[in-house]
Amino acid sequence: MTAAHIAFAAFALITVVSAFVVASHRSIVHSAFGLFFTFFGVAGLYLTLGADFVMAAQILIYVGGIMVLLLFGVMLTPSRRSDFVPARFLRALTLGAIVLVGLLWVLKNAHWATQELASPESTIDEIGRQLLTREQYLLPFEVVSVLLLAALIGAAYLARRRKIVD
Amino acid sequence: MDGIPIHFYLGVSALLFFLGLVTILARRNLVYILLGVELILNAASLNFVTFSRYGGNLDGQIVSIFVIILAAAEAAVALAIVLNIYNVFKNVDVDTPSELKN
Repeated sequence: MTAAHIAFAAFALITVVSAFVVASHRSIVHSAFGLFFTFFGVAGLYLTLGADFVMAAQILIYVGGIMVLLLFGVMLTPSRRSDFVPARFLRALTLGAIVLVGLLWVLKNAHWATQELASPESTIDEIGRQLLTREQYLLPFEVVSVLLLAALIGAAYLARRRKIVD
Repeated sequence: MDGIPIHFYLGVSALLFFLGLVTILARRNLVYILLGVELILNAASLNFVTFSRYGGNLDGQIVSIFVIILAAAEAAVALAIVLNIYNVFKNVDVDTPSELKN
């Protein structure tokens, strides 16, 4: 039982419990805040995996950006009744459990070719180099920036207030 | 990594995927479905980072950065669509827009 084990257990617990809150809570505001903690838990798991840059991106973009967008979505679309129907939830749990059993079966039986590594060091240098090297990820990097621009302009265009013509 | 088997991370990821799937299947509210999609994207991204760590190169981490960027684009566009649906139908039920069929 080392510090790494304890950190992993804590972050995994936060992630799974708050994801369960997302799936099962009656109030959508509570579910959205559950997702907030899920993102933090996943960021912590990235940290235990030695992925410092991905952790920072997760916190900045997911917690700082996407979460705020989703909260806007929750606040701007108030609905009177709760969406939670126990019968439907049980049906979804059953269907999901079938998929989960399949995933865990693969997880147990596959031979994972892992290798022992030295203790992790900062990955930021290497990620930056790979993102900006032409033979590696430069093209996807540029394409994704154009895609993001197009998506945000499109979203701003779609979401603007206008008269409904009927 | 220090002695934590890869199965633990993959198990957490599988649970996250399962919960996202349950969220999508059990709800009719479009915003809930977005929350479920975010859970599933996080599960996939966690898998990529795990394999990157245990496989010994950084490709998985870079893919997961792209996943995060695409999730941001997806959330922005999806929320714009959800707001439009709300303006027209006054609710965000996934079943309501089937009125578009005649």
